[in-house]
Amino acid sequence: MNTAPMILLILVGLVLVFGVGVVVYNRRQAASQQSLEAPPAVAVKEVVATQEVIAEESAPPVAVVVDEPEPEPTTGAVRRFARAAGIFNGSFAVLRGKDKITSETWDELEETLLRADVGLKTTTALLDTLKSRVGRKDISTPQELLDALQSEMAGQLSSNSRELQFDSSVKMPNIWLFVGVNGVGKTTTIGKVAFAQKALGRSVLLAAGDTFRAAAGEQLETWAQRAEVPIVRGNEGGDPSAVIFDAVQSAAANNRELVLGDTAGRLQNKSNLMEELKKVRRVAEKEAGTVTEVLLVIDATTGQNGLSQAEQFALATNVTGVVLTKLDGSAKGGIVFAIETQLGIPVKLVGLGETIGVLVPFDPEEYVRELFAEA
Amino acid sequence: MFDNLSSRFESILKKVRGKGRLTEADVDEVLSEIRAALLDADVNVGVVRTVVARIREAAIGAELSQALDPGQQVVKIVSQELTAMLGGETLKISYASKPPTVVLMAGLQGSGKTTSAAKLARWFKSQGRHPLLVGADLQRPAAVEQLRTLGKQIDVPVFSEPGDPVTTATRGLAEARRIGKDVLIVDTAGRLSIDADLMDEIRRISDAVTPNYTFLVIDAMTGQDAVNTAEAFHNTLAIDGVILSKLDGDARGGAALSVKEVIGRPIAFAATGEKLDAFEQFHPDRMAGRILGMGDMLTLIEQAESVFEKEEAEKAAAKLFEGDFTLDDFLDQLQQVKKMGSMSSIMGMIPGMPKAAKGAEIDDDMLKVTEAIIRSMTKEERRQPEIINGSRRTRIAKGSGTTVPDINKLVKQFTEMQKMMKRMGGMAALSGGKANKKGKPGKVNPIKMAKAMREMGLSDLAGPGGGMKGFPPPGKNPSGIPSEGFPDFRDFR
Repeated sequence: MNTAPMILLILVGLVLVFGVGVVVYNRRQAASQQSLEAPPAVAVKEVVATQEVIAEESAPPVAVVVDEPEPEPTTGAVRRFARAAGIFNGSFAVLRGKDKITSETWDELEETLLRADVGLKTTTALLDTLKSRVGRKDISTPQELLDALQSEMAGQLSSNSRELQFDSSVKMPNIWLFVGVNGVGKTTTIGKVAFAQKALGRSVLLAAGDTFRAAAGEQLETWAQRAEVPIVRGNEGGDPSAVIFDAVQSAAANNRELVLGDTAGRLQNKSNLMEELKKVRRVAEKEAGTVTEVLLVIDATTGQNGLSQAEQFALATNVTGVVLTKLDGSAKGGIVFAIETQLGIPVKLVGLGETIGVLVPFDPEEYVRELFAEA
Repeated sequence: MFDNLSSRFESILKKVRGKGRLTEADVDEVLSEIRAALLDADVNVGVVRTVVARIREAAIGAELSQALDPGQQVVKIVSQELTAMLGGETLKISYASKPPTVVLMAGLQGSGKTTSAAKLARWFKSQGRHPLLVGADLQRPAAVEQLRTLGKQIDVPVFSEPGDPVTTATRGLAEARRIGKDVLIVDTAGRLSIDADLMDEIRRISDAVTPNYTFLVIDAMTGQDAVNTAEAFHNTLAIDGVILSKLDGDARGGAALSVKEVIGRPIAFAATGEKLDAFEQFHPDRMAGRILGMGDMLTLIEQAESVFEKEEAEKAAAKLFEGDFTLDDFLDQLQQVKKMGSMSSIMGMIPGMPKAAKGAEIDDDMLKVTEAIIRSMTKEERRQPEIINGSRRTRIAKGSGTTVPDINKLVKQFTEMQKMMKRMGGMAALSGGKANKKGKPGKVNPIKMAKAMREMGLSDLAGPGGGMKGFPPPGKNPSGIPSEGFPDFRDFR
């Protein structure tokens, strides 16, 4: 019998148990003694992304948030979203045509919700409510059942305010931070928000707080150029809170109203990175400026992990809203339903593609309709 | 990695383990819980349906085995189904007889293609190959810039030119031939599977470079849509394997479980961290073990073997069992363990750990405090911690940025550990054979040792929240996985 592996395992086990055991204890001791750190001085250069920054102030304010090529933005959004519909629910029409609610009907409803990533717990709760209504003979046909489900879902969603918070009475500038896991579309979303906010007549400045990912700064700078807004960048690998701090100072000095702060994508279970994010939020408000929005960006393809994302990011940074991106694909983003109903964080915006204009306000009723839409 | 799923399975299967008789109600209960666990883990609804049906059939139709009680049989069936779902064997890369071997990366936006391309290039390099990266993502701003930066970090050249992605890919292939690179990795723009134009574009890229391997990059956090995406890409490109990204998060990775079932292609690689070396080949059978909370000792041992110097390790172990193990030795071993990867990934491979480790947040900074304390000690103090008195304690605490109670705690734990290991060494030497008077670890009987470790309550050392439960005892192996010559740690307790 080869015992070499055994020795290695013992050593590894030893190091882990002993090394980590002491630290867990230490952590708990140290948890309360957090120091307030001054933002370290990092060389930050302000890049004015366009030659015509001055011209922007005279741009006519546009009422709509989106610059949608199609006449009615909402219809456009529906159409984009609807491209994906029908992939999974062809049999739904059949059930709807029947006049009796059978166990098949329930299975079909459950499967539709599950496939949209609504999650088992939320789905079961929703269907249980309806089952008791069917038991009371409130509902008797599949069509009624479907309508009841939709209004139930929309009803659970609609109580939250979905306005983006901008307040000119607070210490200026307003700061909106964008947080989320890797690859959800934070940088792209900032580009779109910058464009929309500028169209509303607000003076915007971008802060390239993702100093970790290679070329994230370049990517945001491209968006700054497209939206024709200035950007503050730091060094790759530098301290993100220093970049945000400097951006806020720069905005305050130049009377800019709104700073959009990018942050590096991070998985919510990396405690050191979540600590870093807490610091970014603290430091952003250290002198000038008020954080009025912390927007969690969630990818519509995200599954049940989205709930854990929302929980952890909310704990770290007090998230004020969700941006649901990539809803133009085949994913339905049903996890936002659990996020809204369980954590009370409203979905504020929906991203529908990579072009600069396609970011629309979230409409609960339309969204629920699309979950069950048939192509 | 898959932690939540494994702790769910552990508690579900605990209910039937050891049961002498399973009623149909028992089976139903277990199945409904397995269904819930899989759905919560984002396994595709359709896949869940098939798998649950298969488990039911097998569980009910199973012949009464002599060796296993019905509870163990269910565990075995579930384990087999999971392994099958994950894709059986590890994908073996075979290289093109006429280089370069071409690899095409495809996937949705933000799934991690660019980072995975660089990680894959680094992996090929570690296999002695000479890769060239091609940046054919000309859509996302600064994507090529990102690839170039990553290429620099791993010292792999990057080819790209503005304009058309198909042309860039073709020229990249020519460039690889010209400069004699034997692996070509083509990064492409993220695209939605329902975007007909872009799907057509990637098909043309594929036609132009005729890849030996087309990898679909899927985010471990993906939900039900993963199978739609996989199917659509598979129909367009004929996928050879999946690269599962962001597996270091707390996602349960059900997407991974579904894809093989739907497109019949295995997960080839998994990215397990932000660093470029956090990338490994995916072993489905081992992963099934991890999911069932049986740990993954094979990978752990492989990783340990790759970083530890064999002789050094044996020397350290010998010292350990003789009670001569000093804090200096500990520090040396710590450096080795750190090379094995992130703490959480190591923890995940130890049987019984995922659940225990959940209470304590494990990350790589945790060992730093311990390390700082030891490094703040003098040579003499490290050899003989008992000489550490009040003023020494204050000095060490200051030096390491900790407090005096921390130092006390560390010294106390270390002394306890030393005592325990010495006792264990003695015991192992007694039972392991008379020849090794000095407790030579080479002759130690591992089964006895594991038992001893457990009996001596290794868990007491773990400190608050650290709760490692020690190694499970050897015993019957209901999982049906061969145990390859060391005590069967994958067994259930």
